[in-house]
Amino acid sequence: MTRRDWLRHAGSVLLAAGAARAIECAAADSVASLSFAEIYKTQGVLGSEFSSKTVGLVGKPVRVLGYMAPPLKPDVAFFVLTRAPVALCPFCNSDADWPADIVVVYPRERGGWNQDSLPVAVSGILELGSRVDRETGFVSLVRIVDATVQTIR
Amino acid sequence: MQSWKSLWLAASFAFLPFAACAEAIYPIDRAHFLAGAKFDFKVEFDKIVPSADAKVMINGRDAAAVFGKPPQYVENEEGRKASALVLRDVSIDAPGRYVVRASDGTDSQTVVWDIYGTGQRRAKNVILFIGDGMSVANRTAARMLSKGMNEGKYYGQLSFDDMPHMALLGTSGVDSIITDSANSMSAYTTGHKSSVNALGVYVARNKDNLAHPKVETITELVKRKTKMAVGIATDAEIEDATPAGMFAHTRRRADKDIIAEQLFLSGADVILGGGSAYFLPQTTPGSKRKDTNNYIDLFQRVGFKLATTDAEMKAAAANPGTNRLLGLFHPDNMDGALDRRFLKKGTVAQFPNQPDLADMTRAAIEVLSRNKEGFVLMVEAGLLDKYNHPLDWERSVYDTIMLSNAVQVAKAFAAGRNDTLIIVTSDHTHGVSIVGTVDDGKPGPDMRDKVGVYSDAGFPNYPAPDADGYPPRVDVSRRLAMFYGNFPDYYETFAPHLEGPNVPAVKKDKDYVANTAYKDTPGAMLRTGNLPRSADTGTHTADDVILTAVGPGADEFHGFMENVEVFRVMATALGLGPQPASAKQAVKTERSAAKGKALATP
Repeated sequence: MTRRDWLRHAGSVLLAAGAARAIECAAADSVASLSFAEIYKTQGVLGSEFSSKTVGLVGKPVRVLGYMAPPLKPDVAFFVLTRAPVALCPFCNSDADWPADIVVVYPRERGGWNQDSLPVAVSGILELGSRVDRETGFVSLVRIVDATVQTIR
Repeated sequence: MQSWKSLWLAASFAFLPFAACAEAIYPIDRAHFLAGAKFDFKVEFDKIVPSADAKVMINGRDAAAVFGKPPQYVENEEGRKASALVLRDVSIDAPGRYVVRASDGTDSQTVVWDIYGTGQRRAKNVILFIGDGMSVANRTAARMLSKGMNEGKYYGQLSFDDMPHMALLGTSGVDSIITDSANSMSAYTTGHKSSVNALGVYVARNKDNLAHPKVETITELVKRKTKMAVGIATDAEIEDATPAGMFAHTRRRADKDIIAEQLFLSGADVILGGGSAYFLPQTTPGSKRKDTNNYIDLFQRVGFKLATTDAEMKAAAANPGTNRLLGLFHPDNMDGALDRRFLKKGTVAQFPNQPDLADMTRAAIEVLSRNKEGFVLMVEAGLLDKYNHPLDWERSVYDTIMLSNAVQVAKAFAAGRNDTLIIVTSDHTHGVSIVGTVDDGKPGPDMRDKVGVYSDAGFPNYPAPDADGYPPRVDVSRRLAMFYGNFPDYYETFAPHLEGPNVPAVKKDKDYVANTAYKDTPGAMLRTGNLPRSADTGTHTADDVILTAVGPGADEFHGFMENVEVFRVMATALGLGPQPASAKQAVKTERSAAKGKALATP
């Protein structure tokens, strides 16, 4: 079964606490903060529309707070950042599915992913546009590349 | 059934000692299927078998003679060092018992098929309702909340309670006592048992999800043999297992982008549900496709009216010119009745114009009934299961009330017509039961001490239901105590999740652990799971499901039946088996003579 809808809500509750701490930790540098709620202007049945803030940040450094989903499989080049903790492993559970608003993160260094569905702060360069991961075939639309990842505790 | 059982026992004892050469024969032993229905025939040997030695005899005749063409010989199937015989898209028209014997020249294995005919058509329309994961407790709780009770008697019944015919169904599959919604739905729509995660196929040893031996779905049969219309409506994604069971063929139900393509090719006329993300080309933000196919566009090009809101759906359905309707109301699963109508949680704020399943049923019937040849409609309350999984019984029960309203729409359509078979059932159960009540007024700090059992339970104090049968408040001071028996670690709060659908467990390392978001909820109690730590939610159970039915053909339902028999009853009611030329003529004559009566009126 898919469990996106109720995850979304529970996640926002959890994220609020983590986000407050992360914002305190975040250095007051030139990296723009982008929240999940800000990525899309609208999310509709026939597609979504990016916000002008998102479009304006393409190619620039951004910081996004979210949850690191369990990895697709060991040693892949990316992980999925979700608005809410993901209580499923999409490749383990045939009927699992990803939320529509995920961000795919390609960190500067591979591996060492935290698997605890804890909140993380991801900083890197924002990319938009459909891209298929060569190793896994995973399709992404919003990416943060050359990223550094900080666990929020 | 009894004679069939004896036959099987005899066959088992007779044939097991010889089962040495073929790993499997598909369709499998004791398959009981429709004459004239298409299937893929396959024999899998457990070693390389020379072509000249690989033989199949059916009732003593060469398979090539029976099927009209020889099976394709595959010497080394997918590099397994094992041979196979494959013959796709075949059928057998004459009902009867078929003994299929596969031999490698030394050893042989045998399966027995029982192929049935249907006789003449009795029903013009068939409407199949699936309450996904609907368990007995769902029905009981929905009746309590929706109808109320005094001194042990209900004030009313759900719409499917008073149907005259009833059966218990066994839902187990080829591979396991526990099914998922894929193979359980496949049993209803093909008449063949299958395995977990599989739709419209037997699970063979193929690596390619799409290469497994297929069996024909009711949508394909109806479209191939009649001019009837087909409708599929769900509040889950339209590519989800239950709706996909109407038309799809894949070993993995997770192939949702492929399932969307198969839906387009299926010929279904009315398609209502969530899951639009798989219709959008991957270049569109929000798409979950891996190609640039735009199925929104393709459906419209072949004459479908498109609706994305409740109002658009109703307007399109009311238009007499609408014969094909695509209604997509959410990129993912839609929201359930409790959130849409009362709590406004889930994704209701983002998608405020989603239709109710009862209105979807009405719209589907309105469009489909324009076809004078009749229709087959499947309506699924899919979220009912998606809330039972995370132990969120209130949401699941509100969706059971919604299912009752949807069935009422169909009953109103069928009233006085005597040409529409309505079936209401589930595809599997959950381990859920009503234990008593939770009374906040009981003394003590621990919530478990507020659970009343036996006479201490008394009755809950939900407010009177609204016009649609829903209590406007679910967070009452004396509510049902309804618990799940199979669960991961989680915090039991003894109260409805007003903040949004429950997320009982989250992943930590390789295991699922209790979601600490509920740890500090007053009265929350950690329940250590009794499921493997890999289970993220509650799981399906093997308990029988209840089926109720009304209309022509419904009298076939009684006692305990295997789930595949639901297909037989539908196929029989629609007369989908081979018909003698004289019978076809008789039906035509009856139809022309009985304008305005059964089998003739739209």
